[in-house]
Amino acid sequence: MSIKTFREALNEAMAEEMARDNSVFLMGEEVAQYDGAYKVSKGLLAKFGAERVIDTPISEAGFAGLGVGAAMAGLRPIIEMMTWNFAIQAFDQIINHAAKMCYMSGGQFNIPLVFRGPNGAAHMLGAQHSQNLDPLLVNVPGLKIVSVSTPADGKGLLKSAIRDNNPVIFFESEMMYGMKGEVPDGEYLIPLGVADIKRPGTEVTLLTWGKITHLALRAANQLANDENIDVEVIDLRSLVPLDEALIYASVRKTHRVVIVEENWPYASVGSHLAERIQWHCFDDLDAPIAKISQRAVPIPYADNLEHAALPQVEQVIAAVKAVCYR
Amino acid sequence: MLRSLCATSSDKEFTIDLYQKMLRYRLFEERVNLAYTKQKFSGFCHLHIGQEAVCAGIGACLTKDDYVIASYRSHTQALNKGISPEQVFAELFGKASGCSAGKGGSMHMFSREHRFMGGHGIVGSQVPIATGIAFAIRYRQEKLVAICYLGDGAMNQGQIYEAFNMASLWKLPVIFVIENNQYGMGTDYHRVTSVSEFTSRAPGFNLPWRVIDGMNVLTVYQEFLPIITEVRAKMLPYLVEMKTYRYLGHSVSDPATYRSKEELSHYRQNDPLSQMADYLKGKGFAREDEFEQWDNDIRAEINAAEVRAEAAAAPDEASVDEHVFVD
Ligand SMILES: Cc1ncc(C[n+]2csc(CCOP(=O)(O)OP(=O)(O)O)c2C)c(N)n1
Ligand SMILES: [Mg+2]
Repeated sequence: MSIKTFREALNEAMAEEMARDNSVFLMGEEVAQYDGAYKVSKGLLAKFGAERVIDTPISEAGFAGLGVGAAMAGLRPIIEMMTWNFAIQAFDQIINHAAKMCYMSGGQFNIPLVFRGPNGAAHMLGAQHSQNLDPLLVNVPGLKIVSVSTPADGKGLLKSAIRDNNPVIFFESEMMYGMKGEVPDGEYLIPLGVADIKRPGTEVTLLTWGKITHLALRAANQLANDENIDVEVIDLRSLVPLDEALIYASVRKTHRVVIVEENWPYASVGSHLAERIQWHCFDDLDAPIAKISQRAVPIPYADNLEHAALPQVEQVIAAVKAVCYR
Repeated sequence: MLRSLCATSSDKEFTIDLYQKMLRYRLFEERVNLAYTKQKFSGFCHLHIGQEAVCAGIGACLTKDDYVIASYRSHTQALNKGISPEQVFAELFGKASGCSAGKGGSMHMFSREHRFMGGHGIVGSQVPIATGIAFAIRYRQEKLVAICYLGDGAMNQGQIYEAFNMASLWKLPVIFVIENNQYGMGTDYHRVTSVSEFTSRAPGFNLPWRVIDGMNVLTVYQEFLPIITEVRAKMLPYLVEMKTYRYLGHSVSDPATYRSKEELSHYRQNDPLSQMADYLKGKGFAREDEFEQWDNDIRAEINAAEVRAEAAAAPDEASVDEHVFVD
C-alpha cells in the first residue's frame, strides 16, 4: 500500500494500461502539454509521446465521435472530458453511436472506449458547470457507468474500464483530485459491477456513490456517535452494471434504506434503486425508503443558495432518523 | 481617417471617453482579481485585462438597443453595455443585488434592461443564440444589430458553423466578433487549428469578414463603425476577427506558464491604454496630471462600488426555488 492522491491513482491507471497495450491512447482538451486541466494526465505526454497523448481543439462532438470510430477500427481510446458539462456537446456520439453500435451491428462492432472526467457540483461554479449527469446516462442501454469515491477505487476501476470491451462512462470529481488515500501497490484491478461496503453497519443501509459518499460517511459517523445508530454505507461504485445482490443482502439485514445522491430527484438513479428494492425486498422493509437528492433547480452560484441546493449532512441524518422512526 | 471621429461629440471628448472606459475596465478587473485572491468569492474568474480595446471600441459603435452576447469572459462587456460596476461586483460576491440575482456568478452576467444577453459558460454556445437574437431583429424588421463575442478556442466548436450558415442563409444582422487572444486555456490556437486564418472560413458561408488590430481602440472603432453601419442598413451577418491578447492566465488560477515572457512583453508594449494615452498626449487632449486624476477618480469609484456590493445582502435562501420557471 502507498498513499496517493486521486489524480495520481488515475494517472497510474492510465500509464499502466498504456504501457500494457499499445492500442490505448488518451485524447482531450489540455491533456498533453498542460498535463490536463486538473493535472490528471501529468507526465503522460513525456512518457508516451504526442501520438498517444493528444491535445484536441474544443470540439467535444468531434473528438468523441473520433473516439467511436477509432474504437470501431480496433483502438482503445480514453477520451477525457474536461468536465461532463462539456460532454453534453458530445451526447449525440455517446448516446446515438457509442452506446448502440454493438447492438445495431448485431454484435460486430463493440466499442472499447472510456469517456472520463469530473462530474457534479464543485463550489460556486454556477449552473452550467455544476451538473451531475448520472441519471441521463444510466438511462441509456449500452453504456457501463462507473462513479468513484476513493483513489484506490479510481485506479482499480479505471484499469478495468480501459480493458472493458464496451463503452464505459467514468465519473470523477474535481473536488476529489487532491484527496489522498491508500492504493494497493502493483497490478490492481476492481471488476465493474461490484459495490463496496465503505462502513459496515447493522441498522440502516445507506446507498451512495461518487463524491457524496464522503458526506454520507460523515453522516454515518455522526449518527453512530450522537444517536447510537449503526449505519452501513454502501458505495455502489458501478451504476451499470449494478451490484443488486450486495444491496439486497444489506437491506435484508438492516430493513431500512436511505439513498444519498447528488442527482436531481426526478427519475434519478436513486429512484431506480428504490424501485428495485421495494420489488425484491418488500417484506424485509420496516420503513419507506428515503431518498436525499439535490434540489430540483439548476445549481445556483451564490454560496448560501448552492448550499441550500446540494444535499447536506443534516438532511442525511434526519432521513436516517426518520426511517428509524426517531 | 474619418474627418470627425464621432458625430455627436468632439474628438477630444470622444477619445478621452474611450480612454477612460478602458481604464475603468482595467482597474475594475484588477480589483476583481484582488478580491478573488483575497477569497471574497469563489468559482471561476476570467479577466479581460489586455483586451479592453475590443469592447470599448465596439461599444462606441452600439446603440442602447443593440444586443450583446458573450462568453464567460465578459465582466467588461457587461459594464460596457451599461450594467453598473456595483451590480457586477455584487454578482461576483453572490449577492441578491447582483445583475443575475446572485444565481449566475462571474460567468453569467445578464441584463434584460441593458440588452446584455449573457455570459455563457459552454464554449461556442452563445453563437447560435446570437443568431436567434438576430432572427428576432429581422422578424420584427428593426434597425438593430446583435453582437456576438467568441474566443479563438470557440472557433473549433461545430455548432458555430451551423449558426454561420443560417445567419448567412437568412441574412440575419449579427456580427460574430472573434476575440482572438491567441489562447484557449493553455492552448495556442495554432496547435489545434488546421488553417489558422479564421476568416478564411468566412467565404465558405458567404460571410463578409474583416481582421482588425484589437489592441488599438481607435482602430477598432474606426474599422468597426462602417461594418456595423452596413449590417444595420442591409441586414446581413459579418465575421470580424480582433487580434488581441490576454495578459493574465485563462482564469485567476492559471499561472500561464505555457507562453514566453517575451511574447507577453511584446504585447504589453502595444498596451491599449498606453497607445491611447500617447495619442491623447500627442494631440494635446490631456496633460500628465489629468491621467493621474482619472486614475484616482475611477479607482475611488470602483472601490466604492466594491464596498457597497460586499455590504449588500446575500440572496434570501427561499429564492433557491425561484426562477426555475416563471408564471
Ligand atoms: C464546450 C466546452 N468545452 C470546454 C470548456 C472549458 N473551457 C472553458 S474556456 C476554454 C477555452 C476557451 O478559449 P477561447 O474560446 O479562446 O476563449 P478565451 O478564454 O480565450 O476568452 C475552455 C476549453 C467549456 N467551457 N465548454
Ligand atoms: Mg482565446
